[in-house]
Amino acid sequence: MTLSFSAATQKKIDEILRHYPNKRAPLIPVLVLAQEEFGELRDDVKRLVATTLELTPSEVQEAVTFYSQLKERPVGKIHFQVCKTLSCDLAGGEEILEYLREKLGVEANVVTPDGRFSYEGVECLASCDTAPAMFCRGRYFEKLTRDQIDAIIRTGRLE
Amino acid sequence: MTFEKIITKHFDDPKLYTLKGYLSCGGYEGLKRARKKEPQEIIDTIRASKLRGLGGAGFPTGVKWGFLPKKPGEKRYLCVNADEGEPGTFKDRYLMSHSPHQLLEGITIACRALEIDTCYIYCRYEFRYLFDRFNQAIADAKKEGFLDNLEIHLHHGAGAYICGEETALLESIEGKKGFPRPKPPFPAIKGLFGKPTLINNVETVMFLPSILVNGPEWFLKKGVETAGGNRVLAVSGHVKNPGCYEVPLSISLKNVIFEICGGMKDDKPLKAVIPGGASAPILKADEIDVGIDFDSLAKAGTMAGSGAVMVFNEETCMVRVVHNLIHFFSDESCGQCTPCREGTTWLKKIIYGIEKGEGSESDLDLLLRITGQMSAKTICALADGAIGPVRSGVEKFRDDFIKHIREKRCSWPKWSWRGN
Repeated sequence: MTLSFSAATQKKIDEILRHYPNKRAPLIPVLVLAQEEFGELRDDVKRLVATTLELTPSEVQEAVTFYSQLKERPVGKIHFQVCKTLSCDLAGGEEILEYLREKLGVEANVVTPDGRFSYEGVECLASCDTAPAMFCRGRYFEKLTRDQIDAIIRTGRLE
Repeated sequence: MTFEKIITKHFDDPKLYTLKGYLSCGGYEGLKRARKKEPQEIIDTIRASKLRGLGGAGFPTGVKWGFLPKKPGEKRYLCVNADEGEPGTFKDRYLMSHSPHQLLEGITIACRALEIDTCYIYCRYEFRYLFDRFNQAIADAKKEGFLDNLEIHLHHGAGAYICGEETALLESIEGKKGFPRPKPPFPAIKGLFGKPTLINNVETVMFLPSILVNGPEWFLKKGVETAGGNRVLAVSGHVKNPGCYEVPLSISLKNVIFEICGGMKDDKPLKAVIPGGASAPILKADEIDVGIDFDSLAKAGTMAGSGAVMVFNEETCMVRVVHNLIHFFSDESCGQCTPCREGTTWLKKIIYGIEKGEGSESDLDLLLRITGQMSAKTICALADGAIGPVRSGVEKFRDDFIKHIREKRCSWPKWSWRGN
């Protein structure tokens, strides 16, 4: 069966396309929508994006491999993105990554066996005054504490 | 010290982000003034105000506007650079979340001046929690007739520092990987989709309404001889009160740290300051009695850049500071130019070796030699930015590097996480 976008996502894509003079320009926003719908950008998802925007597979692939938030491999249902750049590192960014490694029992960018969690260090999140900072579940966590991470993991296990 | 805030004047108002809240603080008054002026008059006003680009380069905004060719009726674009990613910088996020209409008003003024009908706000994907607020602001302003016939679209990337470089930003809006373009042609001549394009930073655009309301002389009087107005600094690291502060350009870096930010956290002595984002050469504690404006910091051998001030106390390992930053630049080098791609990688490897206690004294000359091979040899400024902290770190904090090499370890305290 050929993959297709849900009606809701297709509607969003049609709307975005109206903002540009050609079909290549919205590639990155459309890849993000595809990732939100299908999880990681597998080959069939990339083909669907290429077909939708009338692009070659290589045009799509070069964008996918260039932008760090576009993922070809799965991430957990909850993906912790911990800032590791200077001001956050000064405030313990590296220890946070160690804490997640201990708590979740996997290395960075590896999904826990139950599929629920993964984590990675990311570059500056522009939240340096409230370091250490983390991006998770679509929002910022600032002046991050162990309690906050514990709470996210607890909730995540019940979902 | 007393001074009048300009762009953050009403930021205590919790409803400023709504159209009603913005209007009650005098919002869209600048646009009303702009509507009574001819386009060229608006350009002249901004040029006379000596507003300078606040994304990092400090180029005079009115002069940049003047580069767009005057061909009435020709398609042209405005791109607002909201891809804030320079380590230590968080002012645009602060400005956009508090006052989206102020940005929209600035955009509308710029587009009237330059006869532009389409604007893209290029925002980093990590700020997506702000997108609903922004789209609402665009819809509200449009409905009430504040956007003229202008189309404003919010566009986002997907995680790439280099897309803050203005031609990489254009490539990214065109759906491509963010490779900076060789210049010339400059974007003012051949920019987005091959059309003349103006690219301005969020903060720069947000100053425009105040200049239209109060006049260029007022704005110029607030600044220093070579730059008008105030600017917003983002201060982080070992100070008592980190945060965003709008300050006059005449203030010294020392006053920013010891007055505005309440001094050093836990009263530990100061060791070093990065005055303008990761690309800015590091200053030693005895070099901070310097103005924060573009020219004063340039004379001091560093740069005002994006206004990101990072402060380090005497317990900070400067080898690790430099390693953290060169790691960033190496990750974020787009890979297009060999001196940058290879140079940042090797600088990172050598500095990591020193930090681990595996370095030798000859590495220090090698580091400086590599930076010499990277400078002014690439399409964009990332490589020159990357060598800023490395060169200044090795030259000014040589003792820290030597101690690592002789003791074969890092003997500074670990950077620890205080969160419970």
